[in-house]
Amino acid sequence: MKKTGQTIKQHPSQSKGLISERTNRLSPSGIRKFFDLLANMEGVISLGVGEPDYATPWHISEAAVKSLEKGYTMYTSNSGIPELRQETVRYLKEKYSIDYDPFGEILMTVGVSEALDLAMRAIINPGAEVIMPDPHYVAYDSCVILAGGEPVMVPTSQENNFEVSAEDIEARITDKTKAILIGYPANPTGAVMSRQKLLDIAGVARRHQLIVISDEIYARLTYGVEHTCFASLPDIRENTILLGGFSKAYAMTGWRIGYAVAPKEIIAAMTKIHQYTIMSAPTPAQVAAIEALKTGEPDVVEMVEDYNRRRKVIVKGFNDIGLPCFEPHGAFYAFPSITCTGMTSEEFSEKLLMEEKVAVVPGSAFGECGEGYVRCCYATSLAEIEEALNRMGRFVKKYGK
Amino acid sequence: MLKDILKILENDARTKSPQIATMTGTPVSEVSKIIEQAEKDRIILKYKTVINWDRLEENGQVWALIEVRVKPEPEVGFDSIAERIARFEQVRSLFLASGTYDLLVVVVGKSERKVADFVSQNLAHIEGVQGTVTHFVLKRYKDDGEILEGGEGVKRQPVIL
Repeated sequence: MKKTGQTIKQHPSQSKGLISERTNRLSPSGIRKFFDLLANMEGVISLGVGEPDYATPWHISEAAVKSLEKGYTMYTSNSGIPELRQETVRYLKEKYSIDYDPFGEILMTVGVSEALDLAMRAIINPGAEVIMPDPHYVAYDSCVILAGGEPVMVPTSQENNFEVSAEDIEARITDKTKAILIGYPANPTGAVMSRQKLLDIAGVARRHQLIVISDEIYARLTYGVEHTCFASLPDIRENTILLGGFSKAYAMTGWRIGYAVAPKEIIAAMTKIHQYTIMSAPTPAQVAAIEALKTGEPDVVEMVEDYNRRRKVIVKGFNDIGLPCFEPHGAFYAFPSITCTGMTSEEFSEKLLMEEKVAVVPGSAFGECGEGYVRCCYATSLAEIEEALNRMGRFVKKYGK
Repeated sequence: MLKDILKILENDARTKSPQIATMTGTPVSEVSKIIEQAEKDRIILKYKTVINWDRLEENGQVWALIEVRVKPEPEVGFDSIAERIARFEQVRSLFLASGTYDLLVVVVGKSERKVADFVSQNLAHIEGVQGTVTHFVLKRYKDDGEILEGGEGVKRQPVIL
């Protein structure tokens, strides 16, 4: 800047610190390059999607369409349409024998994504620590950082089926620790947690008076095992924020509708933030969700059966072509190891994309412990899975050591 | 087990046995055996491809739904008349249904004329047939579970974390 009183106008982006520091901390920069590559390519088989390949069952969509025709386009109550809260609470009672008051202990949100964000903002003070498994869904550490907290990673590995152990969590507790964040069945690994392991974590949480946030968006997508709802474990309800939704079970990803159930004080805090930032979750989505809960069960069962068939094909396929893959019992991801090629996850993904036009997501996008793996979504047609396996088989033959 | 295999084949008749074996967690040899037996037992009647003929320039196919009122025979009821009608090649499907008529016949012919001829010359004369009402299909929207036009589906984002 000149001294004579003449100031040269500087563009804001040229001055330091336009973007908030915590925003700059977010998102692994390496992955951006990969996405840009992918966006400009044709004829790619993508195993990188993260949503069902079904459209929402029509009767669910129709309920929303009808409500629009009737003119239901206004805000709803901040917490969500009372009927939806009641139906959700009833569903949770039926499925997991847990009791929540539809007036005060549940909040309907814009997907589990918003519920997670609200939970963090409601309970995290600056510098508070949240312990979570690594690898993990990308939003987990991001939401903690955005709330001013510090994510603390607990490594998991293929050897223990990517289940996180209570001992490892307990070893990382400090006087700053506020909460434990778990998400099972898991993205990106497809791992599920046994009831016993969850009981152990509940024990740790109680001993150290920590909150447990349990992201159970994939609860309905389990294969050969029963899902244990964290909030249903004995004596842990008062410490639990349970997050759930409709996106994966009913193929309603684009609708943006989910929920959080927790003790009154927490829900009240989350609702406060929600009412200032969102007002209420989208009305047509809430209407659709009511329909889903009332009549969508057979659709869920059929979709899960179908995912299971494809899961078996893809897991066997990876093991057959030389990419060791543990058997995932949840979600719709397989997480094979690619270390036999000597490449990093990113190298593997980029080369595979360029040479064979198959897109997979590098495991490193999900944390340090994801390095050496790639995430492959099998919510895609059998024909595409088969072709992808063919091409990957060729690739592994070429580069496998 | 049989049901799972049938579901898979009904969805895509080209699914190969090794694939079916993986999907159902059954050994390939057993899958082949079950399929063979199902074919013998006439549980699996045919492996077919569902074609949208409307997409061809020269369609050459006319569909008609024909309601047939029948006087049932003593003891055998509708069965022998139904069997008689079913023998005709033009009859694609044949159902006994409740309601204002007895049999619903789906006929596929090369032209309206040919279908009309079939009804007047073959169908109406069968003993026991009291009357027919022929509906010519004007447009097919959905057949065999498949939407004929505009059923392509929406593209998803290639990568979502």
